[in-house]
Amino acid sequence: MLEIKNLHVSVNNNKILKGLNLSVNKGEIHAIMGPNGSGKSTLASIIAGRKEYEVNQGSIIYSNKKLLELSADERAKQGIFLAFQYPIEIPGISTTNFIKTAVNKIRESKGKKPLDAVSFLKVMKEKMKIVKINQTLLSRSINEGFSGGEKKRNEIFQMAMLNPKLAILDETDSGLDIDALKIVAKGVNKLKSKNNATIIITHYQRLLNYIIPDYVHVLIDGKIVKSGDKNLAQELEKKGYDWIRA
Amino acid sequence: MNKDEKILKNFTSKDYEHGWSTDIDVDQAPNGLNEDIIKLISKKKNEPNWLLKWRLDAFSKFKKMKSPNWANLKIPKIDFQKISYYSAPKQKSKLKSLKDVDPEILKTFEKLGISLKEQERLSGVAVDAVIDSVSIGTTFKEQLSELGIIFCSFSEAVEEHPELIKKYLGMVVPKNDNYFAALNSAVFSDGSFCYIPKGVRCPMELSTYFRINAANTGQFERTLIIADDNSYVSYLEGCTAPMRDENQLHAAVVEIFAGENAEVKYSTIQNWYPGDKNGKGGIFNFVTKRGICYGDYSKISWTQVETGSAITWKYPSCILKGHHSKGEFYSVAVTNNYQQADTGTKMIHIGKNTISKIISKGISAGFSQNSYRGQVRVMKRATESRNFSQCDSLLLGNNCGAHTFPYIDVENKSSIIEHEATTSKIGEDQMFYCLQRGIDEENAVALIVNGYAKEVFNQLPMEFSVEASKLLSLTLEGSVG
Repeated sequence: MLEIKNLHVSVNNNKILKGLNLSVNKGEIHAIMGPNGSGKSTLASIIAGRKEYEVNQGSIIYSNKKLLELSADERAKQGIFLAFQYPIEIPGISTTNFIKTAVNKIRESKGKKPLDAVSFLKVMKEKMKIVKINQTLLSRSINEGFSGGEKKRNEIFQMAMLNPKLAILDETDSGLDIDALKIVAKGVNKLKSKNNATIIITHYQRLLNYIIPDYVHVLIDGKIVKSGDKNLAQELEKKGYDWIRA
Repeated sequence: MNKDEKILKNFTSKDYEHGWSTDIDVDQAPNGLNEDIIKLISKKKNEPNWLLKWRLDAFSKFKKMKSPNWANLKIPKIDFQKISYYSAPKQKSKLKSLKDVDPEILKTFEKLGISLKEQERLSGVAVDAVIDSVSIGTTFKEQLSELGIIFCSFSEAVEEHPELIKKYLGMVVPKNDNYFAALNSAVFSDGSFCYIPKGVRCPMELSTYFRINAANTGQFERTLIIADDNSYVSYLEGCTAPMRDENQLHAAVVEIFAGENAEVKYSTIQNWYPGDKNGKGGIFNFVTKRGICYGDYSKISWTQVETGSAITWKYPSCILKGHHSKGEFYSVAVTNNYQQADTGTKMIHIGKNTISKIISKGISAGFSQNSYRGQVRVMKRATESRNFSQCDSLLLGNNCGAHTFPYIDVENKSSIIEHEATTSKIGEDQMFYCLQRGIDEENAVALIVNGYAKEVFNQLPMEFSVEASKLLSLTLEGSVG
């Protein structure tokens, strides 16, 4: 589904990714771990299509398409979803209105008719349960005045609404207490199918107790230096990153 | 040239939707401004002598006045002799009902989405339609008159309710108030008149629709709204004009009087032709709007969505004379291409415990300049009064300007004034967030800008709020990143 080859990326002439390779297939969950500044969030942004990054070398193929040639909204329409590390506030726009626009734009790109209010509400009610989010919160301006946990749950709610093929969770566990973490993890597990894939970006092994990854990759200094299964995460938790560097 | 700039370019290149004109026979006065023209207008309208005198007096005052130069606007010199001050669609005789209206004119209003036809009056809005200089027809008149509400053209009111006109005309905006008000007082040709009797709550929205059609004409309408004690009315004004290369002048005056415990809500969706992408043509909009909260506990609320005009010079204001009276001003002013807007409000606190609230949202795109100018004045006797002002500016792109000119003048110590102001650009983060959810750039901008203006849109009557939101997106279509 996703094939990243020898990816080199820089921002303002700072090289951040230096020859990254990653292959993700349908039905898989990949965890990418690494210390601060190793390039994890850059990887997430580059897949989602943020503009400030410059790709110096390498390629990304997603569902047989050259991903780097697509704009961010086209990528979203092709099923790529990014759960933001720091979800953005947009004053005056309710989450409901926002996600309704998104859902219908994506439907439109597939030649489908927009969902009418009643069917939309029905789908929404269903998906709200997954992350235990309530209607009041969704009627408020998106992310404005939301607590850290509410913001992250809102991201997973949007993911549920958009039903992506490839979801990237960028530090979704940061700032969550244990209860919220469980809710988020449960939501992600529920959305998992044999047709979609998930990339989890995280500092800590904590989230991986609840979402069991098929693969764990260690990203250090712009490269994946080690890959393994879920046990690698536990090893990292015990020993830190230094033993890999050395 | 980055991508943002490209999107900005696209977004700002949307054409004006109402730029067509209607081919109708008109009865038009020759160009020029002089006493004879004023006499001609007055005669056409069958006006009483006192009103002609009033006009001529205004004209003599106008001649001694100068165009205001304090606004943050570049106003080209206006040749008042090249304008025709009276243009009316030709009618056989006096209209008895809408059936007598020229079908071309009815079509014009239908095209604008305003149906004057009887059978289609399901919207629950009474409309007075003004084309060029005269009122074409007013709907729902009979139903309103059962409640004692008078809603008619200004000319009709002069003929049928001269005592009300004589009492209230120029009470809030004196004929020598300012240059453009004086001009209007001399040459005004029509407009709407509305009287809500004591204790009556007007059951429907009252609306006036202004359309400039003929070339080289100015539109100088006069609106007078009187809400007697304990009454309520919500009033809406809309305006469009065809696209013409020449600038056209619009200098209106609106006066509102609110008696004890009366409430008037006045909403405007201003969509005059703004000129083309290079700033050629467009309406010069110099408007004086003022209301007086005369009685205790009265309230006047102005809501305006300003998207059109090449130049906007407009400060809907409230004189808070009654104790505990309340004035509100909600504004969204959008400028694009080479449009210039200098708009805001004045809140004059005279009575005790008076309250005013100002929410202004400026949006500038293209090469436009957008200024908020507002005065809050609290007189010595207006003890324990309060004002809250919030003036936000949103910039789309790097070539436009946003300016804020607040004037605050408080003469007592027990009043509280709050002023907040922000200037922002649409954040790249906000854009990316929308894009990442599959919302394309154009829709993302519309979404963000509408969210920004939401607080003001919420003040509009429901159906107009939807229209305003669409209009905003349309005005800015192709404008950001």
